Amino acid sequence: MNHSWLERNSILLLIGIICVIAVGGAVEIAPLFWVGGTVEKVSGMRPYTPLELEGRNIYVREGCYVCHSQQIRTLRDEVERYGHYSLAAESMYDHPFQWGSERTGPDLARVGGKYSDQWHKGHLIDPRSVVPESIMPPYKFLFSTPLDYRDVQALLKTNREVGVPYTDDQIAHAKDDLIAQADPNGDGVDAFEKRYAKAQSRNFDGGNGAEVTEGAALIAYLQMLGTLIDFKAYHADAPENRR
Amino acid sequence: MAKREVDEVSGTETTGHEWDGIKELDTPMPKWWLGIFYACIVWAIGYWVVYPAWPTLSGYTHGMLNHSQRDDVTANVAALKSARSVKEAALRDASLADIQRNPELQQFAMAAGKTLFGDNCAPCHGAGGQGARTYPNLNDDVWLWGGKLSDIQHTITVGIRSTSPDTRQSQMPAFGHDGMLKPVEIGNLTEYVVHLSGRPADAKAVARATKLFADNCAMCHGADGKGNRSMGAPNLTDNEWLYGSNREDIADQITNGHGGEMPTWGGRLSPEEIKALAVYVHNLGGGE
Repeated sequence: MNHSWLERNSILLLIGIICVIAVGGAVEIAPLFWVGGTVEKVSGMRPYTPLELEGRNIYVREGCYVCHSQQIRTLRDEVERYGHYSLAAESMYDHPFQWGSERTGPDLARVGGKYSDQWHKGHLIDPRSVVPESIMPPYKFLFSTPLDYRDVQALLKTNREVGVPYTDDQIAHAKDDLIAQADPNGDGVDAFEKRYAKAQSRNFDGGNGAEVTEGAALIAYLQMLGTLIDFKAYHADAPENRR
Repeated sequence: MAKREVDEVSGTETTGHEWDGIKELDTPMPKWWLGIFYACIVWAIGYWVVYPAWPTLSGYTHGMLNHSQRDDVTANVAALKSARSVKEAALRDASLADIQRNPELQQFAMAAGKTLFGDNCAPCHGAGGQGARTYPNLNDDVWLWGGKLSDIQHTITVGIRSTSPDTRQSQMPAFGHDGMLKPVEIGNLTEYVVHLSGRPADAKAVARATKLFADNCAMCHGADGKGNRSMGAPNLTDNEWLYGSNREDIADQITNGHGGEMPTWGGRLSPEEIKALAVYVHNLGGGE
């Protein structure tokens, strides 16, 4: 085909390049303006508590998403094994989302409540002590490393910046809430539970309670995964929830 | 302007470009390849018409088939449920004796139970239900909360020290940690527990601990140490140990009062699935 006329005119070529790139850009950018329309209306979703958010950061830092996905696809076998398929609404407060793309280990989208805290701790310290065939690396150090949460308030603020509806109250009490969630006998537990519906306050790592470990934060995060949405109030066959 | 010419050797046109006497052949794509390429483009247009394809301002084009993956999976799961429904209903209402009399029903429960066990129970209790330290063995006839089919079913449904409001619940006091007993007393009690399990123990220490046991332990473990299933208090005389059998382990248990946690499965599994699991566990060897 004869395209030398285009290749020999720099202005025309430039306009041509801009047009082609604009198509690519439009396809990637335009959907972001309508992304809200893909998020189902559900009841039960709330932003992560400060401790869960810190635990989530450790999940990201350790690269858990490399081997574990967090999305139950719309396939019968997955719904049979893991529970209701994942909804867009379930990752609407995720920055960045942890859907993952590989399942060397099982999907974790609904792992919350499936095992005990004690199991998670034993499993993270030495995966093969409970699952002999596991090839997961051990994360023993998480339970001897104190959680560095000096910047937790900034972390919540940053999340609000990108659209997570944290209230001023929640941001102001971020540190108190983090400590309250890790210590069920502490003072701030009632106030914390008022600020975060369905949040669980426990001694997640069975430690001495003197300091919050990274392991405790990670378990707090794992134990809430997929537990927030009230599926009794969600109608999968309603027209607005069809996809 | 490029000058196209026919190459003498191959008989194919050149592109007309020339660099230092080097020319480039402009061999056309094979016809079959081009045919498939254009057919794919036409096929893709068909996709736009038939399937959901283009975003619009208020949603997306649904296509002639009005296809939805979510509808698909809902229908698939419903088909699966209905295929199982007859046997599930039979299983739900069957008593243990009914199941044992009916090989077909038993086979169904065992197959379902085995699959569920592998995903949900094996992480703690082991692939064969053999258990591990702090996670009970399900193959033997030692039961903390009861080994009847209905007991197992209830334990799976509500869990133990779980987040369920109906959970099976008990907590052994941390006698040493909370300062209720002195280290010497714990030492004596340890000998007493070793003695209960039928092993040689320091007779003087056992004698000293007799009253201690009656005052502190007998309320749950029974005066004879045979345990109490309504509280999940283990039998101390059977020489089966969840937290270790040597004196150090026993003293540690009296000091710290460890208690395991089993999640509640009532919200995650259906009653039929739990019944199948209970039949499977009951059948592992120790069912009563």
